[in-house]
Amino acid sequence: MNGPLLDVRDLHVEFRTRRGSVKAVEGLSYQVRAGEIVALVGESGCGKSVSSLALMGLLARPAGRITKGEILFDGVDLARLPESEMRKRRGRDIAMIFQEPMTSLNPVLSIGLQLSEPLMQHRGMTSVQARERATELLTLVGMTDPERRLDQYPHQLSGGMRQRVMIAMGLACDPKLLIADEPTTALDVTIQAQILELLTELSRKLNLAVILITHNLGIVARYADRVNVMYAARQAEGGAAERVFTNPSHPYTRGLLAAVPRLDRPRAAQLATIEGAPPNLVNPPAGCRFAPRCTHRTEVCEADPVLFEVEPDHLVRCWHSNVAKTPPEQNALSEPSAAKPALPIVKAEALTKHYAVRSGGVFSRMNGVVRAVDGVSFEILAGETLGLVGESGSGKSTIGRLLAGLEEPTDGHFSIELDGANDPAARRRAVQVIFQDPTTALNPRMLVGDIISEPLRVHKLARGKGDIDARVASLLESVGLRAEMAERYPHELSGGQRQRVGIARALALEPRFIVCDEAVSALDVSIQGQIVNLLDNLQQRLGLTYLFIAHDLAVVRHIADRVAVLYLGRLMELGPRDEVFANPSHPYTRALLDAVPVPDPVVERNRGSRTLKGEIPSPLKPPPGCVFHTRCPIAKEACKQSVPPLRETIPGRFVACLEA
Amino acid sequence: MMADLHPLRAFAKSQPLGAAALAFLVLFLLLAIFAERIAPYDPLEVDFAAMLSAPTREHWFGTDAFGRDIFSRLIYGARTALGIGILASGIGCSLGSIIGVASAYFGGRVDLIVQRLVDMMLAFPIVVLALVVAASLGRMPVLGIDLNLVVAIAIPIVPKVARVVRSAALGVRAMAYIDAARTAGFSDSRIVMRHMIPNVMGPVLVLATAYVAQAILLESALSFLGLGVTEPTPAWGLMLAGNATDFYREAPWVVIFPGLAVTLVVLAFNTLGDALRDYLDPKLET
Repeated sequence: MNGPLLDVRDLHVEFRTRRGSVKAVEGLSYQVRAGEIVALVGESGCGKSVSSLALMGLLARPAGRITKGEILFDGVDLARLPESEMRKRRGRDIAMIFQEPMTSLNPVLSIGLQLSEPLMQHRGMTSVQARERATELLTLVGMTDPERRLDQYPHQLSGGMRQRVMIAMGLACDPKLLIADEPTTALDVTIQAQILELLTELSRKLNLAVILITHNLGIVARYADRVNVMYAARQAEGGAAERVFTNPSHPYTRGLLAAVPRLDRPRAAQLATIEGAPPNLVNPPAGCRFAPRCTHRTEVCEADPVLFEVEPDHLVRCWHSNVAKTPPEQNALSEPSAAKPALPIVKAEALTKHYAVRSGGVFSRMNGVVRAVDGVSFEILAGETLGLVGESGSGKSTIGRLLAGLEEPTDGHFSIELDGANDPAARRRAVQVIFQDPTTALNPRMLVGDIISEPLRVHKLARGKGDIDARVASLLESVGLRAEMAERYPHELSGGQRQRVGIARALALEPRFIVCDEAVSALDVSIQGQIVNLLDNLQQRLGLTYLFIAHDLAVVRHIADRVAVLYLGRLMELGPRDEVFANPSHPYTRALLDAVPVPDPVVERNRGSRTLKGEIPSPLKPPPGCVFHTRCPIAKEACKQSVPPLRETIPGRFVACLEA
Repeated sequence: MMADLHPLRAFAKSQPLGAAALAFLVLFLLLAIFAERIAPYDPLEVDFAAMLSAPTREHWFGTDAFGRDIFSRLIYGARTALGIGILASGIGCSLGSIIGVASAYFGGRVDLIVQRLVDMMLAFPIVVLALVVAASLGRMPVLGIDLNLVVAIAIPIVPKVARVVRSAALGVRAMAYIDAARTAGFSDSRIVMRHMIPNVMGPVLVLATAYVAQAILLESALSFLGLGVTEPTPAWGLMLAGNATDFYREAPWVVIFPGLAVTLVVLAFNTLGDALRDYLDPKLET
């Protein structure tokens, strides 16, 4: 292979804001060759997206600009190209796909029109030629029935299909480079696997260079040839994926790898975490950016470390990369799970929630029924964590909302057993929720202290300013925040701190049972570990019971004692965590576990592609019989006829499958 | 946001035009409050020796058909105009916000019924609605301001504000902190007043300034039609209405100055409204 297709040299990007200039990217260098997938990994705000927007010449003007460095693409420096020249290359030579397939397609134009547009623009095709090519492209990205799809509109397609259309649009003019910015973050794991397998296949087939921007180390390990780890606007580590993963040399990379709970490793009692949070780039610390959070920090770290080669094709920006390689050893498996007194605190029986879909207006007709939750029965034992997993649309959040009293069940019932708490107010207090998105979970117009003290004041759990302030301070302390935080507004806090405030608010009412609705999904990897550990510690100290709703199976395996798997509003499998993960009975559980990439290229390369076909059907028209039969690899004729009952295969394990 | 600056200073720095409008309005407000000390003449004092006098050293803005000093009448008139304008807009926007937020918060049947009532009220032209209310309520002067007139002007504002606020509130309703408040067992009224209303205040403030201007115009219109303020009370609308038709040719100052006052105050309120909207929108931060 000859020279690289893309050669980024010492790229610097700056944004001017009212608070001063922010150096969003500092000295990023990497190369991409044709047919290669290069990953940019890092947490939010590390500069990974900004650097690729700079490649495309799409920085928000006039605030953002490239201050230094070269972007050599096919020998031409894109950083110095006038906008008119750049426009010709965009779409034709370099294409980009974005995270949110819901908003990146124009809702009022048909798929066919949106696909043909770049062809007619860049290639001068006639509309007939363009339509022909569009059909070809849709076939290429694995869409069935492409002719009919061309006349459909984005809202008629699912998220996964829209992302396929986006890829098809990206490929329309045979680009040499495709930039995929978190292309699967908004998608379910099984769909994520489909899309990434497709990208890999296309890259090989079309000799396409791909820049894959992601925060998911599992995806990097499975799909990337090379990887660049970014931290606080700088490259921390970079090189061939295998080398970086087998011999992670920057403490940050090592910390990240340790902080991700993994399905292929024994479960640790506590997640390893990186303490603290990434620095503010308006006023970054001098010297090594990671030093304030680094356990190997010494005086040398006050000077800027330089990138150097620890081994061929493996660069690291750390003074201590060759010492202290000992990875923080995870204290593998301490307590044998569940030797707890087994008194159910929550009992749900045939819990059902249907939403009527109406046409709108005063004389609306019922257009159909969304079966969000369809006859789900389970128990949650006092002091345990029940993990609830499933893809979007499986009804897992609805179950959480039902138990929290935010929705009324259509049918079936549940009871929450609380000794000594029988009046409605006390029952209300006993069940609290921790929400997914810490940004929307806190009222932006209230001080943190007021947010936490409001429940205390309303329920008269504390009286007088002194008492209330003391309670707020102790609640803040119990979630690992300083008491001064009470004087701040939510927008002045980081995501992780906001989530801690949300937890403190829930704890204020001294609940017995907490619904954690995707409580760590919106957080960065290094912060996610901190919050999971916090929830764990609080459970042990306060004897809490959790319903832990999540789509991340590895996190669920870490925190849950028992796991319930949901699909299209029905319970597929329920059992003790270790047994379900080690030996899944239901084909859907197996498919879910299969779709999760593990952050280890060696393991991943040997796994082969085993993606679950198709997508989750609409809950408006769930398939008859077993709801999973349309995607099930072992479905038989009988599965289409009768709904499999949930039966106990061995004590404590329940499966709803005729074949298992 | 610039947290370290005093809010007023921060506002002046980012929205100089808005700050100028605010200063201008404060000046008018002071004129209205201290009318007795500032006005050179009694606004009701008839002087047949100086009827329809052009602007002179004694009468800066001239006099009207009864020889009353127009400058003094304008200053006293600011009392009526700003009093009615601010009160009517305040009442209309407060009521409208509560109705709009409650409609969005409760949703379903409540929302449907409230919004159809709003539709009904919106179907009437604003002047006609105010006319009907003003005619049926009669008068109830308190401290020189006719409260029923305020109500008559406030009522057409309510449905307009309610409609706008409802759509903003629907967005707030979907926020997790509303769910959090419900799981904490807070009462509906607490959630509406403490959690929803503060988060729709941005658009409401902007609307409120726009409606102060509208209320002043409406008051002028009602006075013109004989349902608003009556002679001899000094009011801008009345000054325009009573004099405009008869004397504007030979004595243009009787209409120019009140007209100018209305125009400038309305312009100032609109400018302030726009500036407030931009200032309160975090997305417009540069």
